Amino acid sequence: MAKEKNIMEKIAHANQSVTKGIDPKDVKHWAKIYIMGKVYEVPADLTIMQAMEYAGYRFIHSCGCRAGFCGACSTIYRMKGEYKLQTAMACQTRVECGMYLVQLPFSPAEKPIYSVTKEPYEGNSFLKYFPEIARCVSCNTCTKACPQDLEVMDYVQAALRGDFQRVAELSFDCIQCGMCALRCPAEIVQYNVSQFGRVMYGRNGFPENKALKKVVKATEKGEYKKDFKNLLGLNMKQSKEAYKKQQATKAKFLKGGKK
Amino acid sequence: MKKIPYYPGCTLKTTGKNFEDSAIATAKVLGLKLLEIDRWNCCGTVTSLTQDDLIHHIASVRNFIRVQEMNERGEVDDYRLLTLCSMCYNTLKSVSNVMQERPDDLDKINNFMDREEDYKGGVTVVHLLELIREMGFDEIKSKVKKSLGKLKVSPYYGCTLLRPKEVALDDPEVPTIMEDLLNAIGVDVIDSPKKSMCCGSYQTVRNPKTVVRLGYEIIESARKRGAEALVTSCPLCAFNLDDRQKEIKLEHPDFERMPVFYFTQLTALAFGLKKDVNNFDLNFTDPRPLLKKKKI
Repeated sequence: MAKEKNIMEKIAHANQSVTKGIDPKDVKHWAKIYIMGKVYEVPADLTIMQAMEYAGYRFIHSCGCRAGFCGACSTIYRMKGEYKLQTAMACQTRVECGMYLVQLPFSPAEKPIYSVTKEPYEGNSFLKYFPEIARCVSCNTCTKACPQDLEVMDYVQAALRGDFQRVAELSFDCIQCGMCALRCPAEIVQYNVSQFGRVMYGRNGFPENKALKKVVKATEKGEYKKDFKNLLGLNMKQSKEAYKKQQATKAKFLKGGKK
Repeated sequence: MKKIPYYPGCTLKTTGKNFEDSAIATAKVLGLKLLEIDRWNCCGTVTSLTQDDLIHHIASVRNFIRVQEMNERGEVDDYRLLTLCSMCYNTLKSVSNVMQERPDDLDKINNFMDREEDYKGGVTVVHLLELIREMGFDEIKSKVKKSLGKLKVSPYYGCTLLRPKEVALDDPEVPTIMEDLLNAIGVDVIDSPKKSMCCGSYQTVRNPKTVVRLGYEIIESARKRGAEALVTSCPLCAFNLDDRQKEIKLEHPDFERMPVFYFTQLTALAFGLKKDVNNFDLNFTDPRPLLKKKKI
């Protein structure tokens, strides 16, 4: 029980704001930002998320991994004097002077139910579950809205012509933040379309990796049990040594040497 | 081989693959390499006829920018955009005309698409049938290896190749381009008065009964004059006239199914090309029994 509490504390700590204990005397540069219209001076080194916390906001939503992966901290902003509406992940973007900011914690979206095992791997499946993709006028607003810089419009177009592979490849880095869907004038929910594409391609189109199959089988048989046990038993110094050795082997392997 | 920018369109990549493959193979025989444009998007079908509805022209203009880029990179020998699908042809050509005639609207679209290079205008849209006419039907005749003389086929133009007259690839009232091609490859051409009557188009979604009625009229009119098959260049017409024959059969039990070819499937046959380019599996009514009967 004590051990478990320790882990929970660790997690809580990892997800804590890092703005605690900043002394204004130590801050060299300040940025003037506007959070929902109200002006704040914040240290210019902070991310948008940290800046908002510095300004006194406490996130109980719109904040997940703090590492640019979960897609929860969608932010929309305009720079003072510019016409462009921009998007960002609050945890990954540094504040800049003149940002007008707002968080968009959630995007309401319908997600159809489909069976990955039963659904035929056919081009027209996209239109069956997402008929609204036919409303795309190629305005490219979704692409402009994507904080991951994906070619969103291109994958919607690929979906229209039933190209699962292209959908999967173009959308691979999607974090499902929902910005595309909120900006789309055709009311398409792009990230659900691409998820369907990736799942279907992964199951039906992606070439089978024989090496992986072999390793999974060996793992199930317990062939690596001993190695894992050894690895978990290493102390810090031994871990570092083992890591260095592994990296050296990998480099040699990638160069074309022996395993 | 002359390289020309090629716009396939969504249907030709799915249910109309038989059209695409046979067209690419046909073009190759004629010394044309169809260079599929990069990152093409839906043409924007159906063209908006509302003058100020510019958002619906963006899709086509974006495709023209891709052609412009290919041309600037020196990848193509022809600055026209080739299409096969009649619907795409109609939409792209209409927008190309509008952008040529209304530079203010083009400015507006260019301003909106601020991440793209400006479309400078000048990309014209051309259908494969037009290119074939340009080469001359005698040129086609010289490539024929297999006689299709016993096959009685009626051309079906539908709407989008002929209307409105600004985009028509031939005389909208008395078109002959398909007849000329079919004559050149030695098919027995059957004329039908309903060859440019509408097949019902997108009514097929909401009002399939209309499509069934029109399809029956069009097919029977051709059959009465001796046709054994129809030929088209439109995947939507092909769907309406061919797949809807299931429903026609339900309403008219004595109705006999009639195959519908893409014109490129017939040229591929006449040029003696590999059978797999025709993908007859994708034709809703299998034309192979008819071809077998005719010993083709």
